Amino acid sequence: MANIKNEIQKRILVLDGAMGTMLQRYKFSEEDFRGERFKDYPTSLKGNNDLLTLTQPEAIAEIHRQYFEAGADIVETNTFSGTTIAMADYDMEDLVYELNFESARIARKVADEFTKSNPEKPRFVAGSIGPTNKTASLSPDVNRPEFRAITFDELRIAYKQQVEALIDGGVDVLLVETIFDTLNAKACLFAIEEVKEERDMDIPIMVSGTITDASGRTLSGQTVEAFLASISHIPLLSVGFNCALGAEQLQPYLQRLSNETEFYTSAHPNAGLPNAFGEYDQTAKQMQALIEDYLKDGLINIIGGCCGTNPEHIKAIAEVAENYKPRQLKIKI
Amino acid sequence: MAESDCKKYLTLSGLEPLVVTPESNFINVGERTNVTGSRKFLRLIKDGNYSEALEVARHQVDGGAQILDVNMDEGMLDGVYAMTKFLNLIASEPDISRIPIMIDSSKWEIIEAGLKVVQGKSVVNSISLKEGEAEFIHHAKLVKRYGAAVIVMAFDEDGQADTYERRIEICERSYRLLVDIVRFPPQDIIFDPNIFPVATGMEEHRKNAMDYFNATKWIRENLPYANVSGGVSNVSFSFRGNDTVREAMHASFLYHAIQHGMNLGIVNPAMLEVYDEVDKELMALVEDVFFDRRDDATERLLDYAETVKGNKKDIEVAVLEWRDKPLQERITHALVKGIDAFIIEDVEEARLASERPIEVIEGHLMIGMNVVGDLFGSGKMFLPQVVKSARVMKKAVAYLQPFIEAEKGGKQEFAGKILMATVKGDVHDIGKNIVSVVLGCNNYEIVDLGVMVPPEKIIEMAIKENVDIIGLSGLITPSLDEMTYVSKEMEKKNLNIPLIIGGATTSRAHTSVKIAPNYNHTVVHINDASRAVTVVGNLLKKDNAIFKEQIREEYDKFREQFLKRTKEKEYLTIEDARKNRFKIDWNTSEIVKPKQLGIQVIEDFDLKKLEEFIDWSPFFRSWDLHGRYPNILEDDVVGEQAVELFKDAKELLNRIINEKLLTAKAIFGLFPANTVNDDDIEIQITNNQQPTTNNQFKFLTLRQQSKKASGKPNLALADFIAPKETGKQDYMGCFCVSTGFGTAELAKQFEEDHDDYNAIMVKALADRLAEAFAEYLHKEVRVNHWNYTQDESLTNEDLIKENYKGIRPAPGYPACPDHLEKRTIWEILSVKERIGVELTESLAMWPAASVSGYYFANPDAKYFGLGKINLDQVADYAKRRDTTQEEAEKWLSPNLVD
Repeated sequence: MANIKNEIQKRILVLDGAMGTMLQRYKFSEEDFRGERFKDYPTSLKGNNDLLTLTQPEAIAEIHRQYFEAGADIVETNTFSGTTIAMADYDMEDLVYELNFESARIARKVADEFTKSNPEKPRFVAGSIGPTNKTASLSPDVNRPEFRAITFDELRIAYKQQVEALIDGGVDVLLVETIFDTLNAKACLFAIEEVKEERDMDIPIMVSGTITDASGRTLSGQTVEAFLASISHIPLLSVGFNCALGAEQLQPYLQRLSNETEFYTSAHPNAGLPNAFGEYDQTAKQMQALIEDYLKDGLINIIGGCCGTNPEHIKAIAEVAENYKPRQLKIKI
Repeated sequence: MAESDCKKYLTLSGLEPLVVTPESNFINVGERTNVTGSRKFLRLIKDGNYSEALEVARHQVDGGAQILDVNMDEGMLDGVYAMTKFLNLIASEPDISRIPIMIDSSKWEIIEAGLKVVQGKSVVNSISLKEGEAEFIHHAKLVKRYGAAVIVMAFDEDGQADTYERRIEICERSYRLLVDIVRFPPQDIIFDPNIFPVATGMEEHRKNAMDYFNATKWIRENLPYANVSGGVSNVSFSFRGNDTVREAMHASFLYHAIQHGMNLGIVNPAMLEVYDEVDKELMALVEDVFFDRRDDATERLLDYAETVKGNKKDIEVAVLEWRDKPLQERITHALVKGIDAFIIEDVEEARLASERPIEVIEGHLMIGMNVVGDLFGSGKMFLPQVVKSARVMKKAVAYLQPFIEAEKGGKQEFAGKILMATVKGDVHDIGKNIVSVVLGCNNYEIVDLGVMVPPEKIIEMAIKENVDIIGLSGLITPSLDEMTYVSKEMEKKNLNIPLIIGGATTSRAHTSVKIAPNYNHTVVHINDASRAVTVVGNLLKKDNAIFKEQIREEYDKFREQFLKRTKEKEYLTIEDARKNRFKIDWNTSEIVKPKQLGIQVIEDFDLKKLEEFIDWSPFFRSWDLHGRYPNILEDDVVGEQAVELFKDAKELLNRIINEKLLTAKAIFGLFPANTVNDDDIEIQITNNQQPTTNNQFKFLTLRQQSKKASGKPNLALADFIAPKETGKQDYMGCFCVSTGFGTAELAKQFEEDHDDYNAIMVKALADRLAEAFAEYLHKEVRVNHWNYTQDESLTNEDLIKENYKGIRPAPGYPACPDHLEKRTIWEILSVKERIGVELTESLAMWPAASVSGYYFANPDAKYFGLGKINLDQVADYAKRRDTTQEEAEKWLSPNLVD
């Protein structure tokens, strides 16, 4: 089987674009979300995108397919909210294992089809692990700064379950992404290390933080360098940034990251900043030009898109990525 | 991932990073948030008064602590609860949580509770082999998994290490277990080889200090990347109650421990004397004890201690003593010791004694701050102490400010606006602040962006605030790279603001070699604040061209010498250099086919048209008048002479033009071309103008061979032309212009009239005209004949600065020093036959006022210097040139590696 660690040395790998943006095109109704199986489920399920893996599996597979066709090397599983913590919103904690396992399986199947038809360009599946909807190092209650809505151990247990299901479903790499609180990510990395040790196995890990605004810090207040120092204790395949900013705004932070880290780097920015209506209107062409600046500066090993990006964006990115060499790992003396 | 030596520095983080490099001055751990060490803190925690406990933490950070030690080990406390709650509270205070946390406990469950609530990379204090290997390994694994560094006590199953041998034995064993079994990053290991009390009267304690020093040294030399820490106040345990002796002991111990390799530790700044301020007699006694120099060392220190035994009277006497000293010594003392009690009265005294209030800052205060800077630089003062000094300085300056303003008539009219910033990744700003203060006092408006300023912000603010100068500061070595980066970004953004570099690790060498070449405007290194005033003054003078030019020349020269001196330069083989060629993407690169291919001749060109293309600066330089035209005409020193010379030149030039005393001719050709065999450019002669039978020529280019920084190519001119195998038809040109016809005759006439002045003048002018003609023709080619740029609207200034697309390198000059290439040009264009310019035996052009060269149109084409090349390239070149190695070496000798 092709190994992502080999492929990443050869070329810039392309990650897929947004899942949510693509699912919106289907305009699924409450009934579509429920499908036959959850027809009588007591809570409203519209908006639970991860559930579509079970109720609309063909749509999920089709989106993966479109991204691979556009030139992606890696697709992300439809599991951004696949923890008991995030699923609590829909009272679906018990479905977490199945959601992750099935999502991984669907993506695996599509990836294998593509690899089979073109073995020269092996395709990979990244198990998407979102940040959950709670923060371990910030208090949601201004009057009680010492309060935490979630603890390290709660996060560790929830992440562990997700990680095990993703691995069982056949992912090639785990992608801990959209990290806005580094302590959450540390709990996830802790869980991954536990699974690795218990199963006596290894699996590449990608870590992707989120710089939330122009302050250049994560939501939990860390600078790029502090974030990097906090997550580099685990051997990672790559470290990078995604979401919140467009390619242009992200560039200085990627530059800093690229300067500092020994790991490969990744980026999957949004299609620009949202307009007044919360829509992303950066075109594929515009994004391509901005991404090309990254490539010219040799900042990147893995490149894709986050909110607002679609297969056209990925196609444009893949086209330009092909023309450049991947960033070289730096060995400081 | 391959194991590399990259980043083998202890790197910690809170909201911001802390990298412990060999250059970091000793890292100071704040210790007041420790219930075992601070009764006040214990009381606050016991009473549940967490908000005041937080103030203790904040006070530590404000006081310069770089890591915050938190300890909740007290029998009556729920340690897990207290640790969790306090660290959660700290996480909500960005000004505290910006620094890393040291989770300090002897109980593992308290340590683990702490690890679960810090998002940054913290330090566990501590683990040891006390309970055996299994537990040690178990804890170490978890520490690693939680993402923390660790302090390892020199403690094993048999107890605490108390000799040199036991210390190194335990540390080595711990190190091997951590590195080999646990795979703990060695740079994340911090040893605490036990600081024990000395001068206790017990025989076995006599070597305590020395053993610690030596064990520290051994660890740093034998356990790669490991760090050493310690709690300093232990050493003076037997002198509790005698602060004079304790402070002296701490100062001396810290000084020697750092010399031996201790790089972080716990020190109470309030219990620390400045090393050089310790009474010399006391210091000698203390060091006798530390180094076990005499059998009676302890007795002698105890005897001395009796004489200073912590009674207030002595301290008061000491206070009065320094107050009796001369004014400057008092001010220096106050700054070094960080005492602000008397600074106003001293500064007032100094002000009355000075002619102008500013002199107090430039004189008295700066002298004191220089002492502080020296002590800090030599490791005899520590950051918290320096912060105190800066506060005293600030107070003094604030007092003087109204007097300075009154002198200026109360209105703020600034002499210039200066942006100051400590670069990204660096937090040291004392030097920057001193410079800001000094400049501020000299009537410059300071825009201080603070510390850790990212390059985007520096550039954005520089533009927004319309500043006159940008000053960058930094203390740690990575800041050097950051400054280099900023300079490149400034160039990218086309800034034209002078750049000043300063800070402890910066140097003229680094500035001239790594920064100045990136930025097209003035870059100056300033090594002390006092020089800042003169440099800034010169830079902001109206006529600053000469100063700028001098700086540039000085740095160019310095760089050249430096590179020569330091370089055991590395060279690539020609094969490897070719692999590292400059790569243009020929699929996307725009190739424009010339509008008119073939050869064209221009005869009897009207010199009048060239006047506006003349670059006058080299003209003045040829007369040894240095400075840029036109500013040189107003220069204080050479201005008058320059004006006169210019007048005479114009006069002669007018004569030359009106009476057509010189004749200008040119020839140029544009041809289909492709790079072949890596470094050759094959030219196709397309029309019948070429009388020879040969219709294919080759230009041979030479390739840079010195080893480049990663990402930098080894250039050859051939890189700017599409290789044949791309299948793309590319083009290039060559030319020769001359304005020299008639020069010799004219010069001779002047000489005969004994007018040497005009004889030289006519040659100098002819040279300028030839250059102007080359410039003019290049423009014509770009815009008309080749027509690859249509909307070019460049001023003469732009032309001089070569702000256009494409290049016209000349054989014999840095990009292509091979003069033999002229023969090829002569052959292709039939230069001699058509316009009469000849090549001498040594391949000089005659008439002398001639210029020949190539045309490259690719937007990525740029000028460069070939530098030195190796014999392997010469051999290859000889083959291509179809000549002997000897002949090739002769022509290329100036560029051969020595």
